Amino acid sequence: MKVSHIIAALTIIGIIAGGSLSLVNNWASPKIALNQKAETERAIFLVHNDGKKYEQLNINGLEVYKVFDESGNSLGYSLVHSGNGFQGKIKIMIGLNEELNKITSIEILEQSETPGLGTKILEPPYKDQYKGLTPVPSIKLVKGISPENPNEVQAITGATISSRSVVAIVNDGLAKLKSVEIKGAQK
Amino acid sequence: MKKQVPLLKEFTKGLWEINPTFKQILGMCPTLAVTVSAINGIAMALATTFVLFFSSLLISLIRKLIPNQVRIASYIVIIATFVTIVDLVMKAQFPELSKALGPFIPLIVVNCIILGRAEAFASKNNPVRSMLDALGNGAGFLISLFVLGSIRELIGSRTILGFQILPNGFEPWLIMILPAGAFLTLGLMMGFANLYIEKKKNLERESLIAQYQRVGREEITDEVLKEAGV
Repeated sequence: MKVSHIIAALTIIGIIAGGSLSLVNNWASPKIALNQKAETERAIFLVHNDGKKYEQLNINGLEVYKVFDESGNSLGYSLVHSGNGFQGKIKIMIGLNEELNKITSIEILEQSETPGLGTKILEPPYKDQYKGLTPVPSIKLVKGISPENPNEVQAITGATISSRSVVAIVNDGLAKLKSVEIKGAQK
Repeated sequence: MKKQVPLLKEFTKGLWEINPTFKQILGMCPTLAVTVSAINGIAMALATTFVLFFSSLLISLIRKLIPNQVRIASYIVIIATFVTIVDLVMKAQFPELSKALGPFIPLIVVNCIILGRAEAFASKNNPVRSMLDALGNGAGFLISLFVLGSIRELIGSRTILGFQILPNGFEPWLIMILPAGAFLTLGLMMGFANLYIEKKKNLERESLIAQYQRVGREEITDEVLKEAGV
């Protein structure tokens, strides 16, 4: 078999493969972008139930959206923040009021915790603790006892690390957002 | 001259005789990883079958044009093209399913079933046979993944295809939806499959021996009779 034949065969296969892929990609990429946008929108309004409109804020390294209701009144912010969980990354959408001192609710967007244990962070008994929580000065995790103060969250039995991770991620996201806000105000 | 296998046999052999999971033991990685639920198993198997079908067909069509030295490289490019198409289409049309299967769709490129069938079958047979072979192997893979996924979903979360089968009183076995559950279930399934094969073989052997003995005894009896006659 001649070398030229080998080169020709591989070249032709490569060209045809590349060509057909670009055709498929042209068709698929707008649809994929649309899907991703729909997913983000769904998540933004999950933590602000009355939200109808939103705009993305340009803050360095943070994914923050300002959410408005039907008549254009500001409801607060939706902040996407991620950090390490027990087994992998946890990505959380945090809903905040305008003054950043009350959490409306949180929604876990991505996680890879242990099924049945760590995944309880997705379930209402844990998740709903964040509704109306006052993260001042920061959220505290308590174990075994019911939360007494408005900034306390009870850990899940058997999933302390996952519970702690969620608290840490929310605290970290809040701290970053606050520092940016303060810097912005000083300017 | 090679003996010609009937066309139907090219399809049906993939279902059990050379079943990718139980007989060829190929494609174990997706088999173990995605079968947390029956629907994931079905989606994975369908995506694999799609890629298997089209790459087998194409490879069989151009099998005489590809120089022998670069055949594996060519197969991989062809397979990767189809896998990328599947990945893009799933992301565009079925985003939920695509998210559930995660990185295992792009990993179909290195699924041994596809390269295995390309090298062992499609590169040596005509397109019609290659298509049937691909469909058969795909169907075999689908059956295995569906059964495996159903067992794990039933015991791990009480449902099959999302429909609740076991009552609420049944406490789901967490281990079944963890990786360990995949190994346990697959191991047991393979064990029972081998047990069945062994039993079938033994039965065949016994019937053969019985037949032989019957013939043998008759011959002996004849001789004995002759001798007795003489």
